[in-house]
Amino acid sequence: MPEGIFCNKKPIETQEELTALLGDTSGTQYYKEMKELDVDTKLLWTTIQNTCKSRIRTWLEICAHCGMCADSCFLYLVNDRDPKQVPAYKIQSTLGEIVKRKGNVDNEFMLMAMETAWAKCTCCNRCGMYCPHGIDMGIMFGYLRGLLYQQGFVPWELKIGAGMHRVYRAQMDVSEEEFVETFQWMVEENEEEYPGLTVPVDVENADIMYTVNAREVKHYPEDLAEAAILFHAAGENWTIPSKGWEQTSLAMFAGDWAACKMQVENVYAAMERLKPKRMVGTECGHAHRATVVEGPYWAGRQDGRPPVECIHYIEWLAEALREGKLKIDPERRIKVPVTLQDSCNYVRNHGLRETAREILSYIVEPGYYREMSPNREHNFCCGGGGGFNGIGLFRPQRNKGLITKRDQIIATGAELVIAPCHNCWDAIRDLEEEFEIGIKWSFLKPLVISMLELPDHMKPEE
Amino acid sequence: MYEFLTGFMFWLALGVCLIGMAVRTILYFKGLQWNLDRVAYKAYPVQGFKGAIRSIYKWILPFGTHGWRKQPFMTVMFFSFHIGAVVVPLFLLAHNLFLKEQLGFSLITINGGVADFLSWLVIITLIFIILRRLALPEVRILTNWYDYLIILISAAPFITGLLARYEVGNYSFWLLAHIISGELLLFAIPFTKLSHIFLFFASRAQLGMDYGIKRGGLKGTVMDW
Ligand code: HEM
Ligand code: SF4
Ligand code: SF4
Ligand code: SF4
Repeated sequence: MPEGIFCNKKPIETQEELTALLGDTSGTQYYKEMKELDVDTKLLWTTIQNTCKSRIRTWLEICAHCGMCADSCFLYLVNDRDPKQVPAYKIQSTLGEIVKRKGNVDNEFMLMAMETAWAKCTCCNRCGMYCPHGIDMGIMFGYLRGLLYQQGFVPWELKIGAGMHRVYRAQMDVSEEEFVETFQWMVEENEEEYPGLTVPVDVENADIMYTVNAREVKHYPEDLAEAAILFHAAGENWTIPSKGWEQTSLAMFAGDWAACKMQVENVYAAMERLKPKRMVGTECGHAHRATVVEGPYWAGRQDGRPPVECIHYIEWLAEALREGKLKIDPERRIKVPVTLQDSCNYVRNHGLRETAREILSYIVEPGYYREMSPNREHNFCCGGGGGFNGIGLFRPQRNKGLITKRDQIIATGAELVIAPCHNCWDAIRDLEEEFEIGIKWSFLKPLVISMLELPDHMKPEE
Repeated sequence: MYEFLTGFMFWLALGVCLIGMAVRTILYFKGLQWNLDRVAYKAYPVQGFKGAIRSIYKWILPFGTHGWRKQPFMTVMFFSFHIGAVVVPLFLLAHNLFLKEQLGFSLITINGGVADFLSWLVIITLIFIILRRLALPEVRILTNWYDYLIILISAAPFITGLLARYEVGNYSFWLLAHIISGELLLFAIPFTKLSHIFLFFASRAQLGMDYGIKRGGLKGTVMDW
């Protein structure tokens, strides 16, 4: 059987297809069909000829096979230094082989490549910093994922995720109305405590257009309220777009480049429609990577920049605290040992290595902050990046992958881990569930709110 | 024979090497595509250039990067080997006398003692590099016959050169073997992994531009290699 009902080369385009695929619990049928899925070797080779240019070809060719990248990969380290987890081996035995064989690979090969691309690499790009030739395996795995997706060899959850973006322009089935209503509802819930709290929708020429992660709407609506409270407290002139509010991209994890483009163009259209001075995105790493760092290229923007200046939530927060727009009550600063998770997606991949530390300098009582080792752009992946967190089939591998972060955290002696990234936050929650090391974890928003000195206009009426 | 090898063949080998590598380097940079690589190379030439230079500079400095510092043994082996591999062929007195004769100019030269030392260093470090390949599972899994072939091609001019230098057995035999293996190395450069002699700079420059432009450079963050 070449093409399955669920597992095939066709992306999800409609709500019906989405519902049907979601109905195949855990992808049981989907993965069964995948074992029979044919490889379109001609398409594979044509795609490679059109898209695999000198950068990747040279990387594959000049790799000295020196193994200096081995220690840089957390998955190599936690899997008892299994040689099969050496970054260079992982990419040479998958993408390298496909190129060498001019696309002539079979079903079994593609299944192996799929497991390697999604269960042995989180595209954290750390190895690229340790290779003397500057070979970035994370980038090549991203590229490989695109080839695998095109052939239908993609984990069930990510096929769905990419489909969600195609159908809803969001990573979950959250409609535009639902987004606005949830935001408004959360604001109403908090109005009493914070007088004057509002959520301006579709206001043109605002200073800030705020975008979120659909999970917040669906599962963590209090995050929306917290964002509103902080913007309000800082006296910001802000707005949310009713359309183009989703900043994340599971399509990026899936390697569905066409969906990546659709998704990000939707957000850029909102910027062009509302003409805000800046866009601020929520505390999410891959959302920032997708919309701000990679997005301009998917959308074909030659200057590599989104239509308006886009900053991560931590950049806004650092600025607001620095400029005194938000005031912290020193009495209520964090007084437990606390550490910070550097998200690869905006630290290693967008240079924001000092921003969160500046915030912590305002909100942590001196003497309580502990650095992880290594840190900043050299930090290890949380263990759940690149879609790893969400793939049921690879859950055991993911759980093993959490060990690096667990040990890094234990070594700091911290009781609280600040993780200004949804993926990292999830991974750290899961590692606490899995290993019970007795830590708490948090985004920045609730922490800052808990120690905020409210401006007069926000004090509840007596 | 000697005439032919030091005349026609020498020029052919050098020409193939230099023209071949010039072509490959040009093709490399022409093959960089801002939209596929997702790096706006052309939009930010200054930041890109700075990133590229830094990425090369840090990595040609012994212990200049986290990567080198993490692997001190490999770093010492790598730099000892490469200093010899680059310096000896370019600055050996005998090579430069030959150059002067052929071209009418020569480069600076190193004295005989230093040349001997560096040549021995090349061979000894290559032995350690081979032993490392055999000993470490993470390197063994990557290694294939091609890697040993490259090491052999790299080592041969030094082994034969030293044998000729110490006149072990028949001097003119080793001299011919030395010239042949040297020319073989030149021929091999554009067509094998030895192309890294030039493409190292290209590849490092590319990742440097990536960091210098996209991954933080435009935010003013200088990558901590
Ligand atoms: C400026 C010139 C050169 C640069 C920048 C350079 C750079 C590099 C780099 C970055 C590696 C991989 C790292 C590693 O193995 O640890 C490497 C490996 C290697 N290079 Fe070069 N190289 C240069 C010249 C040469 C020359 C002239 C030769 C030969 C005569 C050579 C032979 C080799 C060999 C044999 C290896 C593989 C070592 C192994 O088996 O691990 N290189 N070079
Ligand atoms: S460090 Fe670089 S050159 Fe060495 S094996 Fe890894 S990818 Fe290849
Ligand atoms: S990108 Fe990260 S996870 Fe993937 S091979 Fe490199 S170091 Fe390992
Ligand atoms: S989840 Fe966080 S730490 Fe993990 S890869 Fe993504 S950004 Fe990096």
